[in-house]
Amino acid sequence: MAYQDVTNESKPVRYLLIAATFGVLALFLFLPLAAVFIEALRKGWEIFFASLRDEAALSAVKLTLLAAAVSVPLNTLFGVAAAWLVTKFRFKGRAFLMSLIDLPFAVSPVIAGLVWVLLFSSHGWFGDFLQRHDIKIIFALPGIIIATVFITFPFVARELIPLMESQGADQEEAAVTLGASGWSIFWRVTLPNIKWGLLYGVLLCNARAMGEFGAVSVVSGHIRGETNTLPLHIEVLYNEYQFSAAFACATLLALLAILTLGIKSLIEHFSGQSSHGH
Amino acid sequence: MSKRRVIPGFGLSLGFSLVYLSLIILIPLSALFLKAAGLGWREWWNLLTSERVFAAAKLTFGASACAAATSTVLGLLVTWVLVRYRFTGRRLLDAMIDLPFALPTAVAGITLTAIYAPNGWLGEPLAKMGIKAAYNSIGVYIALTFIGFPFVVRTLQPVLEDFTKDTEEAAATLGAGRWVTFWRVIFPMMVPALITGFTLAFARAIGEYGSVIFISGNLPMKTEILPLLIVSQLEQYNVPAAAVIASAMLIVSFTLLFLINLLQRWLDWHKK
Repeated sequence: MAYQDVTNESKPVRYLLIAATFGVLALFLFLPLAAVFIEALRKGWEIFFASLRDEAALSAVKLTLLAAAVSVPLNTLFGVAAAWLVTKFRFKGRAFLMSLIDLPFAVSPVIAGLVWVLLFSSHGWFGDFLQRHDIKIIFALPGIIIATVFITFPFVARELIPLMESQGADQEEAAVTLGASGWSIFWRVTLPNIKWGLLYGVLLCNARAMGEFGAVSVVSGHIRGETNTLPLHIEVLYNEYQFSAAFACATLLALLAILTLGIKSLIEHFSGQSSHGH
Repeated sequence: MSKRRVIPGFGLSLGFSLVYLSLIILIPLSALFLKAAGLGWREWWNLLTSERVFAAAKLTFGASACAAATSTVLGLLVTWVLVRYRFTGRRLLDAMIDLPFALPTAVAGITLTAIYAPNGWLGEPLAKMGIKAAYNSIGVYIALTFIGFPFVVRTLQPVLEDFTKDTEEAAATLGAGRWVTFWRVIFPMMVPALITGFTLAFARAIGEYGSVIFISGNLPMKTEILPLLIVSQLEQYNVPAAAVIASAMLIVSFTLLFLINLLQRWLDWHKK
């Protein structure tokens, strides 16, 4: 016997809503993604590969990788330490500390670059000191790295805190009772429990580090072949009306985004939990 | 007194977290506020009420509010369908929601421009209908909707997944139709999550830079957003003005963040 499920919509309504969702997401997500690749190949494969082999493009890729290689490990270390602190212990100011960790999410990328200019540019607080010792931070590599560190600061911590909070501290306490040291508790008890969340946090942090535009743009100075990261190189090409070359470089970052989303889905599949479900 | 801490590592993790947090976030942000505070109230007032800042603020907050509202409506539809229905392609759609998080903003910016510019994929047919969708405030609105949309879905999704169907069954037993049940029973329970999602999308939108500057046209007084105004002040070596505008923006953003925290805490307290 067929009966009407009272907590479900009728078939036509259901199909209409599903169709509308496909429509919205096709327009908003799939169309832009397809556009990146189609625009990149508009003038053919030859131009596409030539734009990627261009010297300025290669140096931009190198700089992007370098900025991520410094900022991701630093923020991973902080993420683990901060998550350990706020989930294994209860102390005064804990809630306040958690709000502070979220702070960079509310800061415009442009402001995340501006703060470093105020500190380290030649007119900045430490400007005289840096000039006397011939150290360049703004419009140079160190500036790009610290701006990226600022922007990607909360990603790992944000992913780990809810996960470790839901797991509690019972297992660690048991390990202490059995005489395990702090490090061995972390490596043998905590880490196996959080590995998927940690991996996802690192991935997100990395995607943002490699793709950051606003903050890096403020501190970089746009010196071609020297202080242009991949997103900045794309901007330069675009503003010079080299659209196919700009989109060719954009495909690298779009592929990184797809890879990140793909691994995220795999992680959710294997860990049997949704990363947004805690 | 709380019980003695048995798990090791309190001192080390506290020390490292505080030093790192101070060096990377707190000291730089304090430097910004100190720089801005160096100017008197009168200069703050003159700057923030100047025509150019006012026009940029109007565009930034207006377009952000419209975009966040659109994201909320679309997000409600998409989340409902993803959580409640099972259909082919659902997992793919679910994974794709995060694309605006993962796609670098500069890539989003040039791509949306290629689509909505007057000679673009959708821009050309729209232009024939007399709608200009790039290099004006509509372009800003489109980019900000793209950026804010996942915030609503990801805030609403866990809430909707946690709903049990008993209340809906009860409503049906009492003779309520599906439409009435949705508006009178389900929707009110989703309102806090919708407000949170809206505020997150709004807060992200007002600071957004990369995805907007390509599609907006960047004309002072017309299509210039606040973050771009900060950059142009900085490029003209007008550092104090940049610091004041940035500080005012941060005060707004932090207030929004604080309000979301209050709402969440009030909800947690209400649940107990």
